[in-house]
Amino acid sequence: MDSYQQIIFKLKNYWAERGCVIQEPFDTEVGAGTMAPETFLRVLGPKPYRTGYVQPSRRPADGRYGENPNRLYKHQQFQLILKPSPDDVIDQYLGSLEALGINLAEHDIKLEEDNWEAPTLGAWGVGWQVMLDGLEITQFTYFQQCGGIELDLVPAEITYGLERLSAFLQGKDSVYDIEWTPGVTYGDVRKRDELQYSVYNFELADRDTLWKLFDLYEGEAQRLLALYPRAERKERFPLLAAYDQVLKCSNLFNTLDARGAISVTERVAVIARVRKLAVGVAEAWVDQSAIEAAA
Amino acid sequence: MNLLLEIGTEEIPDWMIPDALAQMRTLFGPAESVRVDATSRRLVLRATGLAERQPDRDEYVAGPALSAPAAAVEGFARKQGVAKEALEQRDGKYGYTRKIAGRETRDLLATSLPELIGKIAWPKTMFWGAKGSARFIRPVRWIVALLDDRIIPFEFAHVTSGAESSGHRRLGKARFPVTFASYEQALRENGVILSADERRSRILNELPHDARPDASLLETLVYLTEYPTVVAGEFEPSFLTLPSEVLSTVMRFHQKYFSIDDGKGGLAPRFAAVMNTSGDPAGLVRHGNERVLRARFNDARFFWDTDQQRTLDARVEDLKHVTFQAKLGNYYEKTQRVEGMVAVLGGDAHALRAARLSKADLTTELVKEFTELQGVVGGLYARAQGEPEEVSTAIYDHYKPVSMEDSLPRTEAGRFVAIADKLDTLIGCFQVGLIPSGSKDPFALRRAAQGIVKIIVEANMNLPLRSYVRQDPKLEEFVLDRVRNYFRDFAYDEISAVLASGWDSLPDVRARLIALRAVRPTADFEPLAASFKRIRNILKQADFSNTAPPVADLLEDGPERELYASFLQIQNEIAALPYQPALERIATLRPAVDRFFDKVMVNVSDERIRNNRLALLNAISTEFSKLADFSEIVIQTQETKV
Repeated sequence: MDSYQQIIFKLKNYWAERGCVIQEPFDTEVGAGTMAPETFLRVLGPKPYRTGYVQPSRRPADGRYGENPNRLYKHQQFQLILKPSPDDVIDQYLGSLEALGINLAEHDIKLEEDNWEAPTLGAWGVGWQVMLDGLEITQFTYFQQCGGIELDLVPAEITYGLERLSAFLQGKDSVYDIEWTPGVTYGDVRKRDELQYSVYNFELADRDTLWKLFDLYEGEAQRLLALYPRAERKERFPLLAAYDQVLKCSNLFNTLDARGAISVTERVAVIARVRKLAVGVAEAWVDQSAIEAAA
Repeated sequence: MNLLLEIGTEEIPDWMIPDALAQMRTLFGPAESVRVDATSRRLVLRATGLAERQPDRDEYVAGPALSAPAAAVEGFARKQGVAKEALEQRDGKYGYTRKIAGRETRDLLATSLPELIGKIAWPKTMFWGAKGSARFIRPVRWIVALLDDRIIPFEFAHVTSGAESSGHRRLGKARFPVTFASYEQALRENGVILSADERRSRILNELPHDARPDASLLETLVYLTEYPTVVAGEFEPSFLTLPSEVLSTVMRFHQKYFSIDDGKGGLAPRFAAVMNTSGDPAGLVRHGNERVLRARFNDARFFWDTDQQRTLDARVEDLKHVTFQAKLGNYYEKTQRVEGMVAVLGGDAHALRAARLSKADLTTELVKEFTELQGVVGGLYARAQGEPEEVSTAIYDHYKPVSMEDSLPRTEAGRFVAIADKLDTLIGCFQVGLIPSGSKDPFALRRAAQGIVKIIVEANMNLPLRSYVRQDPKLEEFVLDRVRNYFRDFAYDEISAVLASGWDSLPDVRARLIALRAVRPTADFEPLAASFKRIRNILKQADFSNTAPPVADLLEDGPERELYASFLQIQNEIAALPYQPALERIATLRPAVDRFFDKVMVNVSDERIRNNRLALLNAISTEFSKLADFSEIVIQTQETKV
């Protein structure tokens, strides 16, 4: 039986052999691997790119104080981008499951329609949830737009839910029982985070402070985005730093939402604010990449 | 000649496939024997008996006039490549009939097939290459196009047509050659059952006999697979303490499983899943599905237990934090409006209580997880919390009917809450300008209005629906449109005729429609309707609006007086008659009306006489339009002079 970390090693190896840049997780809080700049920004523009990385993803509203066997505040995704998507992309993906020791001849795999949309990123795509014996183990998406921009080359995004996949492979009913490495469980490593962040997100996070932080990060992103069009040497302009601010806003939005501080009415408006920033960064990024390519 | 077209794709959303096949058949055009088939990964069109080429055809080319100079005539003949003597003469001109050879079918198809593929309309398309590249529902990965087993060469989305198909992802080969004759067999050998009918019967044959029938789930599975096989599983009987509605929703909507009956109206602790493969020799698929279901049921039980810690009654206050719609406030406010509306409609104490609790389940974990169970969960919780049966049933049912086919709320209290809830949504949305347009109807207002109409008609309720919506002309028009739609089995002009005479009571509208439909084929009816149209026109041209009855003394002996007498007699008789005999009786007025129009001039110079005649016509028109406005009837057999 492979441990949790061996499963990750195998995935990384499999995709490294297929020409992917194996990255480390992005170091700012994100809600999904899609939001890391390795995906969000790299899928823009005409330049091919292949990358894979584990991304811890924070979903404050999904926290359950470590009590629910299947739900986590912070879960880990193995995020893969193949740009452009190869013709045999699904076969390559199925090959990765075989590489994890799943003998597909003995299992049932179905690709069921599941389109993906991230309103805060102005991003959407079409694809499937991959069902293995009735369990959703992967989200497979052909990106169509990102930051409100129609993509030059359609990437395939393959997102493995590592906890689910591992629980399946190890035959565990609770994610906390997953063996991380022999003698150490997922619960040993992560249960404390789950409890503490649930307490913070649902009970102790200070709404006023979070709103203030949201405004500050938004302001900084806006300030940078306003400077970009007038910047003299655009190729050195810190759009990546501007994007960090956008991610901060997104995480604060999710935390405020979990804290019950956002009414449904406000929700739409706040999503629009984050989206505006994301779209601004994406547009500037495309512009900057073209300048770089020409240089 | 025989044609085989297979568009090989990645997995197409199951629900889009039947429509796409119907389109392919239409787009291919008229052909004697065309057959379309599909699995989740291929769309197939086969046709037999195609001609090798289009038939040759003649094309007549007109030339110079017969009187034209000889040089011009010779020039024309030369251009056609024939001698002057071979020219024909037609309509004062020279001309020549050219033979045009028909194009080869193969060439035609090489152009028309890629066009056909591109013309299939999908609910949502994608591109998978570079920007601007071809769009389809999912990436196209191979194309087989054979005419009598020779490749029809073309390209679609950078895929070149060929003679090789691809099998089931795990049971078949990635590439293998096919011919028209061997196609279906070759697919079968590669793990693909091409015929949807065969996949359907395979599933039905393998399903346990006590599986609950579910036609739409069956169709989903038929098109989600290439080689369906049923795998049966079990779950711990202890989960049966959860309501069967919750268990079957989890199985049906989240896992696409069939539920199994216990033979006593409840659920057995078993399920049937459908795999897309040939078998489960190691039992791993069964085991995996059982584990997933266990986790799902555990979640549901956790939610159920958590939710019970707070009663629906206590949760009503929480609705202040649940937005109904930005401009329409929260669900607490909506609840209050719905209660008020139930009171207006005449609901009793049970209905009022149900209205108060109806939305409280929106704050429960179970509904947040399984939104399709809203209402149902409220009803189950109300029962568990000791609310009277009338109240819990009304809550349970109040989203009904969710479609034209769905059943009504079972109790009167449920019907009152259902109508009040939908009516409030309609009135509110129209007030703030959220009016459906075209295919956009995000708040499902059409369904809401349709539901109200259906309940009132089918439960025979005496509710003046129109009076609740007439304060907003747009809403009134919208609801009226739904009334028309509800009665769409009747002829359009019959609906117009009946509605023109009022729709304050919808059961009454139905009764009048049934009577009108029954009377319409009788000999006198349509001619009489034509006469009503004529009467209506005469009154309109005269701009006559006086409602005073005609003065008997001013009537002329003969047809005019006779018409008046018939009118009075029929008016008198129908007062106590049901609609159908009443309409039959009205139709007998026809000979009197015809004689009147034959012999009597309405537009005479004597104003008193003229106005009296108009008054007579007006009286007839008004009196007999109470059941239906006959002038709306479209006349099929025209025999009346207008």
